[in-house]
Amino acid sequence: MPDKPGSRSSGFDRRAFLAGAAGGALIPLTARAASEDARAPAAQDPALPVEVTLNVNGKDKRLSIDARTTVLDALREHLKLTGSKKGCDHGQCGACTVLIDDRRVLSCLTLALAAEGQEITTIEGLATDDRLHPMQQAFIDNDAFQCGYCTPGQIMSAIACVKEGHAGSEADIREHMSGNICRCAAYPNIVAAVKQAAPEIMKG
Amino acid sequence: MRPFSYQRASDPDMAVQALGVAAAANNPLTKAAAQPLAGGTTLIDLMKLDVMRPTAIVDINPLAPAWSAIAPGGDGLRLGALAKMSDVAAHAEIQRSYPVIADSLKLAASAQLRNMATLGGNVMQRTRCNYFRDVSYENCNKRNPGSGCAAMDGVNRMHAVLGTSDQCIATYPGDFAQALIALDAMVEITGKAGTRSMPFAQLHRAPGSTPDIETALQPGELISAFSISGRWPRSVYLKARDRQSYEFALSSAAIALDVQDGAIRDARVALGGVATVPWRAREAEALLKGQRFDEALAQRVADAAFADARGRRHNSFKIALGKRIVARALQQAVTMEI
Repeated sequence: MPDKPGSRSSGFDRRAFLAGAAGGALIPLTARAASEDARAPAAQDPALPVEVTLNVNGKDKRLSIDARTTVLDALREHLKLTGSKKGCDHGQCGACTVLIDDRRVLSCLTLALAAEGQEITTIEGLATDDRLHPMQQAFIDNDAFQCGYCTPGQIMSAIACVKEGHAGSEADIREHMSGNICRCAAYPNIVAAVKQAAPEIMKG
Repeated sequence: MRPFSYQRASDPDMAVQALGVAAAANNPLTKAAAQPLAGGTTLIDLMKLDVMRPTAIVDINPLAPAWSAIAPGGDGLRLGALAKMSDVAAHAEIQRSYPVIADSLKLAASAQLRNMATLGGNVMQRTRCNYFRDVSYENCNKRNPGSGCAAMDGVNRMHAVLGTSDQCIATYPGDFAQALIALDAMVEITGKAGTRSMPFAQLHRAPGSTPDIETALQPGELISAFSISGRWPRSVYLKARDRQSYEFALSSAAIALDVQDGAIRDARVALGGVATVPWRAREAEALLKGQRFDEALAQRVADAAFADARGRRHNSFKIALGKRIVARALQQAVTMEI
């Protein structure tokens, strides 16, 4: 869900505070990024950051990162796109689901370096202008979440589920959405949301 | 996660060279300093858990254009090692001529993981034994040879009843490998000296006294393809698990039959979720050949498949469950319309 301007009760929020506090650690990484060694195609020095260009929601983003950085951490910690969530960080819960080259994958098990040259789509890239993606609207219409933590992953996965042709029946949807865990157990409403959005998404 | 250097393999020669150069000859493959990265669904997970500690990652995904074939032909099937599980499972000709392959892939993992994971990585996945995956347990003969086995007298409900040793009872967790072993697949291996082929049945090593050596692959070698002779339209993969979807097998069976005029001419039976390696039940197959199917035969076959099974405190139920899975899978294979 996009933040509404002016909806915050104060000018100070947890996310901005945490990002500011971490800033001191980010500066040296950026300063060392100019090293030519880090760009060499051969094995890089693990102690040096590596430069990588990620295409996220249609825009190229140049980053200087530790080779260990996953796509999820690149999105959340470097690009401040915190819609994709870190649930288990081990590929078991689906909260981090994004589309890479239009296929749903787990960003927590994908190295950012390995995603260079591919198109990453996150929950932030779905809405156009003031119009929500049909799957986002369907989740609202069907009350398909409670706490909302799994919701971005559910929505990304649900869009792919429909496009793969696996939204033909409730059983089909349940089977092909099984990689997205919802601990609030909003499953009946999630299935209803996928059913609602499917025809509009298939229409294109 | 420990630091590592990352490099992309531009061609197979460079990949095997990069993997081989950092490999000490006495290291088992699982502990080699350089590890290949394909889908990453096992490797990155185990690196986060500190179970795997490579110092060099060789990304072999750039080899995908040459190594991702899904090629059914007149006389058999060739599958590239970098083909994705989801693409193979969704392929119409695989579903028609090799349903045991399509179903073993479709019933594994989740849609996201199937989009990431490759066939080669799938057969190389490591056990889900909780004592192996949790480094706070010192005693794991797979991780620390000679340290003992915490699972032996621990919570071993998910562990193996076939192919075990007094050193290790960890289950081989995959599904696709059972389809390959049932269909007498060959595995093509690319290394420094070019490519070689061997029966897939010889790839995995039972734990014996060296549970840390899991396969016949050497550091610097990569699986490049799998091949299968003939078509197997009368084949099924049946999987029992704790929940309906997205879970490893408690017990599974891969069955392939050639039935002519009611008589079983050829039969393949492989078992998953119950053994330390992909498991072929040849004594069970022998009972089927030349016979006409009935329920009594299915029961005898199931009993034969588990004749050598040995349960421990929490996993003996797998023997009874496994027999029922074999009998039911046989029934399904005999009655399926092809």
